[in-house]
Amino acid sequence: MSRDEIKEAVLRALTDVAPEADPVTLRPDVELRDQLDIDSMDSLNFVIGIHEQVGVDIPEAEWARLQTLDQVVDYVAERMAA
Amino acid sequence: MADFVMPALGADMSVGTLMQWLKQPGETVKKGDIVAVVHTDKADVEIEVFTSGVLEELLVEPGTEVPIGTVLARIRENGAPAVAAPPPGPAPGEPQPHLLISPSARHLSEELGIDPSSIAGSGPGGRIQRKDVEAAAAAREAAAPPHPAEPALAAPAEPAPPAPATPPSPAAAPPPPSAAEERNVAMRRAIAAAMSRSKREIPHFYLGQTIDMSAAIAWLSQENLHRPVTERLLHGVLFLKAVALALREVPELNAVWQGDELVTREDVNVGVAISLRRGGLVAPAIHRTDELSLDELMHAFRDLVSRARSWSLRSSEMTDPTITVTSLGERGVESVFGVIFPPQVAIVGFGMLVERPWISEGQLLPCPVVSASLSADHRVTDGHRASAFLAAIDRLLQEPDQL
Repeated sequence: MSRDEIKEAVLRALTDVAPEADPVTLRPDVELRDQLDIDSMDSLNFVIGIHEQVGVDIPEAEWARLQTLDQVVDYVAERMAA
Repeated sequence: MADFVMPALGADMSVGTLMQWLKQPGETVKKGDIVAVVHTDKADVEIEVFTSGVLEELLVEPGTEVPIGTVLARIRENGAPAVAAPPPGPAPGEPQPHLLISPSARHLSEELGIDPSSIAGSGPGGRIQRKDVEAAAAAREAAAPPHPAEPALAAPAEPAPPAPATPPSPAAAPPPPSAAEERNVAMRRAIAAAMSRSKREIPHFYLGQTIDMSAAIAWLSQENLHRPVTERLLHGVLFLKAVALALREVPELNAVWQGDELVTREDVNVGVAISLRRGGLVAPAIHRTDELSLDELMHAFRDLVSRARSWSLRSSEMTDPTITVTSLGERGVESVFGVIFPPQVAIVGFGMLVERPWISEGQLLPCPVVSASLSADHRVTDGHRASAFLAAIDRLLQEPDQL
């Protein structure tokens, strides 16, 4: 998968959780929680959605440091390349 | 013959609008079946029946607003003789009297501005479901004309005529509120009524306790390490279970205030405060919270949050809470001082998990802690019993594997 395809998959998982999220205006370098008002249940559903979209299981300990869209996409790309 | 009445789905609900019938006269219903959808200021709620039998007669037309307690339908209980043949359904060719549509689908269609009558339902009996609305939205998007292309570089053959001068409009009227905005206003009104009543009638008192969460967090981290992502637990589930078990020890807090007296409840149905996107709040119950394993509770919690945010709650979830738990730590709040949701008599609040210096067995250590609070009704209990309740929550959270 290319980085763009991974980003698309991550955005699909995100908009399933937060339907009001607009991929066009979403800033990739700003914390998702601040932009979308997501809580811990949304976060868990986002992680589950990423798993369903690309098969990558993000451990709880890693998730805490993935705050922005760019960070999530980079992490998933890294895991898929490994 | 049993009456099926408009239920009271909230502290200050006095009327509700019957939106649609999901069963027709002559159909068999059993206890727990969803038979109708009712619109209140806070939500569209799927209404369950509490009698098994045959739906004999529908007495209220969809779209009608009626006071709580109004008989909506009659149910012939199992074993009872039939008293009349069910009224015939609409003749072929007659328009259906109402749309079969789930609350979630109705809400989404309003949000997206799609006329639900134009959507083919794929659910039982042609009921329109959320996925049908999503499909209709996708079809509309696909059929929409493409975005205008970049303006052509070539100049038009003739200059366009100047636009006619329009007189300045005198104070243009604001656009009418959208369905979502109207819902938010109605919900705010319902919350205002319930909270005003609470503060007016209930003599609140407040207690707080800081709880060492190191055992709970260590256990949870280990537990989640071995679980697939779909089975992970959130620490909020530990709070819910600890509160539910603590209520067994202080049962007067698992209760409602009716008329002038305390009515304790047998079942522990913890209400969970769930914030809705774009504002608003509901606090539906997880039934028999104390009897659920942590896995079952997590499943129920996820399901409840998902349905609350897609406007698909059930009537019993709105009417049955015996206490409410609110967690506001997500955005950094350390302490919560809750307002009791009447007719309940207590609300438990949890703040953010924070690391604090903590003295344990003579040693100063960094320790994850949470501030737990209790707002309780002084008519039914006192500080001593209430503090025993918070102490029980603390004690239970020290042995998370026993929850």
